[in-house]
Amino acid sequence: MKQKHSIEKYLFTVPVIIYSFLLILLPLLYVLLISFFKSDSYGGMIYTFTLSNYAEIFNITYIRIFLKSIGIALITTVICLFIAYPFAISLMSKKETTRNLLIKLVMVPFLMNSLIRTYGWIVLLRKNGIINSALIGTGIINSPLSLMYNNLGIIIGMVYTLLPFMILPVYSAVSKVDPNLVEASYDLGASKIKTFTKIYLPLTISGAFNGSLMVFIPAIGYFFITDILGGGKIMIIGNLIKNQFLTARNWPFGAAISIFLILMTLILVKIYKQLGGKMDDLGGM
Amino acid sequence: MNKGKWIKNLTIILTFIFLYAPIIILVVYSFNQSKMNVVFTGFTFKWYKTLMHNTDLLEAFRNTLIIAGVSTVTSTIIGTISALGLYKYNFPMKKLVNGLIYIPIVIPEIVLGISLLSVYTIANLQLGMPSLIISHIAFSIPFVITSVRSTLNLLPKEYEEAAYDLGANKFNVFTKVTLPLIMPGVISGATLALTLSMDDVVISYFTAGPGSNTLPLQIYSIIKTGITPDVNALSTIMLVATIIVLTTSAIYQSRKIARRGY
Repeated sequence: MKQKHSIEKYLFTVPVIIYSFLLILLPLLYVLLISFFKSDSYGGMIYTFTLSNYAEIFNITYIRIFLKSIGIALITTVICLFIAYPFAISLMSKKETTRNLLIKLVMVPFLMNSLIRTYGWIVLLRKNGIINSALIGTGIINSPLSLMYNNLGIIIGMVYTLLPFMILPVYSAVSKVDPNLVEASYDLGASKIKTFTKIYLPLTISGAFNGSLMVFIPAIGYFFITDILGGGKIMIIGNLIKNQFLTARNWPFGAAISIFLILMTLILVKIYKQLGGKMDDLGGM
Repeated sequence: MNKGKWIKNLTIILTFIFLYAPIIILVVYSFNQSKMNVVFTGFTFKWYKTLMHNTDLLEAFRNTLIIAGVSTVTSTIIGTISALGLYKYNFPMKKLVNGLIYIPIVIPEIVLGISLLSVYTIANLQLGMPSLIISHIAFSIPFVITSVRSTLNLLPKEYEEAAYDLGANKFNVFTKVTLPLIMPGVISGATLALTLSMDDVVISYFTAGPGSNTLPLQIYSIIKTGITPDVNALSTIMLVATIIVLTTSAIYQSRKIARRGY
């Protein structure tokens, strides 16, 4: 019996151990290792210990890219919050079956290829696109607005691509708020804003942070959105890492930036856990 | 209708307009005669015909289906086994393993992409379909684990105990009791793995090699060079397929609920 138990145990635990060591830990440790190597001018690596890759991050050119990237990700997160909360709270006025259907409908566009959806925004936003044509056609503006190939285009693309990751956890948190509390707050004469800041927000803060995490972190890395809607002029950290690995072929520097991103992520996750968030709720749908 | 309700409905409608606008545009223009996506000049199916002859795009679509199929099946099996193992057994370094499996969910995809690329290089694994499939399995497993685990946590222990008391052996308890009970978690994990794999741009970008373009990568290069309406046609087909799958699963689920009464 004892013997049988241990065979079963190996069967169920060995795969996850091999997987997590071979495909998660080993690759990350290797990236950590090469972040201390030197790059030669031919795209190769010299195996000597150096901290110069980390020092280079503090070069003003890269600091600018970092700040820009974090700025875009933050604005994206805030806009997603400002869309998700009113949407989730408005949804609560519907019957449960309607609510479930509407939440499924939020997911449908998300199941479509994200590049195709981003392309849809080009058709809408470009100089001779639908929004500009409509605005000029109705005489509201005379010359087309620059809606893409700039920061605005990137932010629209990021918000659009990442919005479901905010709506789902925020909605799930809002739907757990006791409606009696909300009613009591109104009965006691609190305004809508006060009810939001005193009831909804404190009770849903871990859901909101879950969503913020799942929006903010990818927004730093989604180089394809800056490439397509930023017109290739604007760089975020994702583009920087991509260039170091595939174009400039300076792997050690690219690795150092990646380690920096991992540290940033771990800090954010730590805050999330401190707010009472559960790891299994992250990235779930 | 009072003012509050009106504002709430408006909020919901505006959010849905934002979510659906680019998609509706693509569907409409896939039937447009003009090659430019600006003015609607007339109804046509010709882009659907052009699509049938776009061998690069179809080849990429085939690759995507193969990768998604293999990686979904593999990651669902490994993920389900792992979730059960982590739930039932204690073993050395369990804490570390438990922490590691969250990493692919939280770190930026690009970091996972470059780290996988780096190990493929030292392991001398040529980039192509195998490296893509391994990468997709690698980022899907954690999503399956968390999905299965969320159903496991709700599972009452009495069912398995009752089965043992009634004389079932371990294999029967697993196939007849445990597995059916965690099936909703397994299915939602598999769906998630499939969607993530079909849509992945970032990790595939680093781990694909010559001759192993996936659909998202192919579309990426088309968008950068100049798009043709057959891409609109393809996205319309994919949208319709998605909606059919979703509706079928919704109907299936509601029937099952009606039958079982919960």
